[in-house]
Amino acid sequence: MSELATNREIDRSQMKVSDEVAIEIMDMNKWYGSFHVLRDINLTVQRGERIVICGPSGSGKSTLIRCINRLEEHQQGRIVVDGTELSSDLKNIDKIRREVGMVFQHFNLFPHLTILENCTLAPIWVRKTPKKEAEEIAMHYLEKVKIPEQADKYPGQLSGGQQQRVAIARSLCMKPRIMLFDEPTSALDPEMIKEVLDTMIELAEEGMTMLVVTHEMGFARQVANRVIFMDQGQIVEQNEPEEFFHNPKSERTKLFLSQILGH
Amino acid sequence: MSDVAYVRTEMVPEKAPPASQVGPIKWVRENLFPDIPNSVLTILALYFLYLALSALLPWIFHSAVHANSLNECREIIREAYGPDAVGACWGVIVDRWHQLLFGFYPQDMYWRPVTAFVLLLVALSPVLFSQVPRKMLMFTAVYPFIMYFLLWGGSIWLPLSVMFGFVLAPISHKIVAPLAGNLAGVIAGFAVPILWWGLAAGPVAEYLHSVAPVGIEYIESAKFGGFMLSITIGITGIALSLPLGIVLALGRRSDLLIIKSLSIGFIEFIRGVPLITLLFVASTLLNYFLPPGTTFDIILRVMIMVTLFSAAYMAEVIRGGLAALPKGQYEAADALGLDYWKAQRLIIMPQALKISIPGIVGTFIGLFKDTTLVSIIGLMDPLGLSNAIRADQAWNGILWELYAFIAAMFWIVCFSMSRYSMYLERKLQTDHR
Ligand SMILES: Nc1ncnc2c1ncn2[C@@H]1O[C@H](COP(=O)(O)OP(=O)(O)OP(=O)(O)O)[C@@H](O)[C@H]1O
Ligand SMILES: [Mg+2]
Repeated sequence: MSELATNREIDRSQMKVSDEVAIEIMDMNKWYGSFHVLRDINLTVQRGERIVICGPSGSGKSTLIRCINRLEEHQQGRIVVDGTELSSDLKNIDKIRREVGMVFQHFNLFPHLTILENCTLAPIWVRKTPKKEAEEIAMHYLEKVKIPEQADKYPGQLSGGQQQRVAIARSLCMKPRIMLFDEPTSALDPEMIKEVLDTMIELAEEGMTMLVVTHEMGFARQVANRVIFMDQGQIVEQNEPEEFFHNPKSERTKLFLSQILGH
Repeated sequence: MSDVAYVRTEMVPEKAPPASQVGPIKWVRENLFPDIPNSVLTILALYFLYLALSALLPWIFHSAVHANSLNECREIIREAYGPDAVGACWGVIVDRWHQLLFGFYPQDMYWRPVTAFVLLLVALSPVLFSQVPRKMLMFTAVYPFIMYFLLWGGSIWLPLSVMFGFVLAPISHKIVAPLAGNLAGVIAGFAVPILWWGLAAGPVAEYLHSVAPVGIEYIESAKFGGFMLSITIGITGIALSLPLGIVLALGRRSDLLIIKSLSIGFIEFIRGVPLITLLFVASTLLNYFLPPGTTFDIILRVMIMVTLFSAAYMAEVIRGGLAALPKGQYEAADALGLDYWKAQRLIIMPQALKISIPGIVGTFIGLFKDTTLVSIIGLMDPLGLSNAIRADQAWNGILWELYAFIAAMFWIVCFSMSRYSMYLERKLQTDHR
């Protein structure tokens, strides 16, 4: 897992972290019943940041990023995305969901629709883009993830890696300003992991704000500007990748890294 | 050259497989006599087939078609096939087919149900087959009114005025929504048409009729019968119970406590009561609840009960389909910003309904066959008519021929539904497993 995500040089010319705040999470707490799953989360994400979140299973990584687009509801604290605060106001939720794309571990493509329809559905019905234009946008992004020739197939006919790239294209078609990834490569065979990571690296090179839950430490090293380590619902440590990997401060981080990097 | 090296110099030509591996012999051996237990079963099955056919075939082939009474039939059969011959007497079908199809509907008006039936097929075609142009759905939408007008007749203004209520719904929504918000718009969209139907539709139709009397002869519900009745009730029940079932299934899964409890209460109540009970309620009890003097057509009442009954089952079938969908589908729809209704319509329902096709069609078939229960409250469905026909001196004692005919008619319809559902399942299969 410690190997590099890509062998090529990463183009950092567009990867600029601006002063603009993309996501701000303040004193956020969440419970499942009486189980305190997220505790006192404070996190500010600047536009253009590429953040990798890692941590042991059950530490609340998924729950954290799912709170950002309200797939999960937090009970305390504030989450402000792109200047809009998440509350039970449906208008705000809709607004945020239009700006935030999400990629899931199990792709979650719509199996009854073709690849192209998967990609045009939200632009047509949510953004009210004319069908023609939506299809052009979809083809543009399908080309970007290098599978335009699959446009008329159904998800069930594609390999896992192809499906995940379609899922990324589907999110991009909504022209989001922030992308959330929840273990995008965990359900994939090793040879497919690379093609998905390549797609994600290209996205990062274009300056997309990304929050990525992953165990791909190569990706974290090469692409992230910040790595966050979570354990038991808390942010235990965060740092630049170099420091994080070579000079972890907390014992838990050291233990986790030794397990995941295998030394 | 070493010993292991080998090069083929001559290609092997294609040969026919040995006789035991092809054709009927292979098929029989593999499918009928692969081993001893299966061979025994095959022989037993053939024996039972022989028993059944040896009883049935003479009955079918020694039949009399042209006869005016059961006795005449027996006479003909005895003369033709010997004193002990038994045979079917299709004379009763020849004599009474029109009753089995149309009940006591006036004979010179048969063109009306026949036209309605043909138009029904036209109206169904865009629903059933996606190759048919979508514009045809417009016709499907107005078909219920055409059907009502053709079957019952009377003034044309009544169906038109009822139809106008549906036009009022979007109009009042469009007017009210910008003024008082979307919710008020939706409420207006429901309230205005209901008020129209309750208060204005009847009088307006009457007035228009007095000004411009356009219409055809009115046929009362008591004259309806036979397959026409079964199909009228069945199609209405099918067309209405699916949407109602979807609404109930969604209601049952809703987060809103009131909607959820109402849906569960309705579903469990209806499923806990036999259809016959509901039909009796329709035929008798409902009169107590309605204001005195109102006449509420019996067929309409039965249609409502049959619809409610199968909607409850439909809701549970669809709920099964909804439960089978992975949570990820909802999450992906949410994450893309689709609201509840759009997610339901575009993502969830198409998949849930597809999963539920066998169950849905099963409910449809059950509903269609259950329409024969209306004979118990005195409506003349084919089964009710078979009793009426037997009450006639000429056909007293005839049994199998009538039932065979009725069964065949039902079978054609139900089997078509079943085949269609298989076609649809195949067509919608996109998972390529
Ligand atoms: N819907 C739920 N109801 C109750 N508990 C839940 C629910 N979803 C998650 N949990 C619990 O919350 C904790 C955090 O879960 P989460 O999925 O965020 O972990 P994670 O860090 O993403 O783990 P993994 O690496 O296995 O994906 C876990 O202990 C999990 O059991
Ligand atoms: Mg997780």
